[in-house]
Amino acid sequence: MDILLQQIINGLVQGSVYALVALGYTMVYGILGLINFAHGEVVMVGAMIALAAIQVLLAAALSPLLVLLLSVLLAVAVCMALGYSIERIAYRPLRHAPRLAPLITAIGVSFVLQNLAMIIWGREYHSFPQLLPNASHHIGGAIITEVQITIVLIAILVMTGLMLLVHRTRLGRAMRAVAENQTSASLMGVNINKVISTTFMLGSALAAIAGIMVSANYGVVHYYMGFMLGLKAFTAAVLGGIGNLRGAMLGGVLLGLIESLGAGYMGALTGGILGSHYQDALAFVVLIAVLVFRPSGLLGERVSERA
Amino acid sequence: MSLLEVHDLKVAYGGIHALKGISLSVAQGELVALIGSNGAGKTTTLKALAGLLPYSGKAHYQNTSLLHRASHQRVLDGIALVPEGRGVFARMSVLENLQMGAYIRHDKEIAQDIERIYDLFPRLAERRSQLAGTLSGGEQQMVAMGRALMSRPTLLMLDEPSMGLAPLMVEKIFDTIRNISAQGVSILLVEQNAKLALEVAQRGYVLENGNITLEDSAANLLGSAAVQRAYLGS
Ligand SMILES: Nc1ncnc2c1ncn2[C@@H]1O[C@H](COP(=O)(O)OP(=O)(O)OP(=O)(O)O)[C@@H](O)[C@H]1O
Ligand SMILES: [Mg+2]
Repeated sequence: MDILLQQIINGLVQGSVYALVALGYTMVYGILGLINFAHGEVVMVGAMIALAAIQVLLAAALSPLLVLLLSVLLAVAVCMALGYSIERIAYRPLRHAPRLAPLITAIGVSFVLQNLAMIIWGREYHSFPQLLPNASHHIGGAIITEVQITIVLIAILVMTGLMLLVHRTRLGRAMRAVAENQTSASLMGVNINKVISTTFMLGSALAAIAGIMVSANYGVVHYYMGFMLGLKAFTAAVLGGIGNLRGAMLGGVLLGLIESLGAGYMGALTGGILGSHYQDALAFVVLIAVLVFRPSGLLGERVSERA
Repeated sequence: MSLLEVHDLKVAYGGIHALKGISLSVAQGELVALIGSNGAGKTTTLKALAGLLPYSGKAHYQNTSLLHRASHQRVLDGIALVPEGRGVFARMSVLENLQMGAYIRHDKEIAQDIERIYDLFPRLAERRSQLAGTLSGGEQQMVAMGRALMSRPTLLMLDEPSMGLAPLMVEKIFDTIRNISAQGVSILLVEQNAKLALEVAQRGYVLENGNITLEDSAANLLGSAAVQRAYLGS
């Protein structure tokens, strides 16, 4: 078995998920200068809703593909409503408050969502049913499953769609205008609040899709799953340059690769002192290194200006 | 009734009373100048009318109060502001800035209007794909004006369009203002350069410390001793 190739495949799959989640952080940051720490929980809610829908729909004996499709749609819709509500209830009243206030609120919202999920779904791990044929393919000396191929392809599709939306449509132009200068945007007739709401909803839709992807890849969901994933995706957004969409995608894929290669080789490189279970720590080593050596991230330009 | 009727308009920044109850009007098709020295309250007036600042008193546009119209709704009403400092979208191209100007429109004539802006400012046509942030000050002023025109305003408000521009560019901008006015757009023009403003305007107001102290035809103001002394340096 080819460890290098295998770790690259794993890294790309995980990186695709990070990229989708990182986009949500970066879009909100770009438009409001706010770190939406509750975003990771939206990922978890997406996974939970999809699981609940799958269980109900499978019981109704629908075809697996149809079940998956309907569950994804439902999870996306619920997460969009959730993202909209989070902004409306928790952030909008604090739009002109000192910057620390919305940050603390974000952490509060995160706890609330986590605890609600715990009350509804309990503390245990739920297994996520395998709906796609789980055949695997051998390339080189490595294995890739059809679920993994689907994850990467859908991530590419979704990200391409988002880039087209942001750069080619009237809505996307309005989003960029609001991100750049809210006063000027409103003088063009842009309803700022509507654009901000839309941004939260778009980010949350991506989060829902990402939540379903990780669940399908690992086969489990858990009320706490959004926390670490959220932190890592945030790291990816910072790595790429927060506020920059291309940066979030690049940062996501890079972080996925770093983690996975790190996990694959950490034991060998440290003579067995550190094992692959240090994988999670690696993301934060990356975060600290970026903050120290290149605070504006790989593609970001002017973070300090906004701070 | 005039297009814009302002009566006893007051604006305060915290405890600072920037406008202490001003009254003015702009008739359909009219070009009105609002002149005054630094800190007189000119920008404050335009911002309040554009919905960027809360006010008290009366501001009626097309016989309807502006009080509860948000800034983006006033664009739909037909009011456009070219703000002080221009406010172009620096990270967007010239073309995208113009497209943003047409944000409220859904008609089929947007592309045609963009060409019209390029005719008005040929310099912009050459630079249509350049990022607006990399343009010179004069070119940015053109983008800001072109962008405002793209909404097809009924009332165009200009805040110091000559600021920081070389004489040749100022001339060019004022030619364009005349041109826009000739096409029937009503204009409220704020300027520190009183002479230039009063030369293109039909009527004018002089604002001092948040109060309007003089109002007359532009010709009379140009000739008045008070204006000459205070604003024309003679
Ligand atoms: N954001 C603000 N907070 C507090 N005071 C303000 C604010 N903006 C303006 N002012 C004050 O309100 C008064 C009017 O300001 P305004 O900008 O309307 O003047 P102006 O006539 O446009 O001057 P200029 O010709 O220099 O642009 C000034 O005394 C100014 O200091
Ligand atoms: Mg001013």
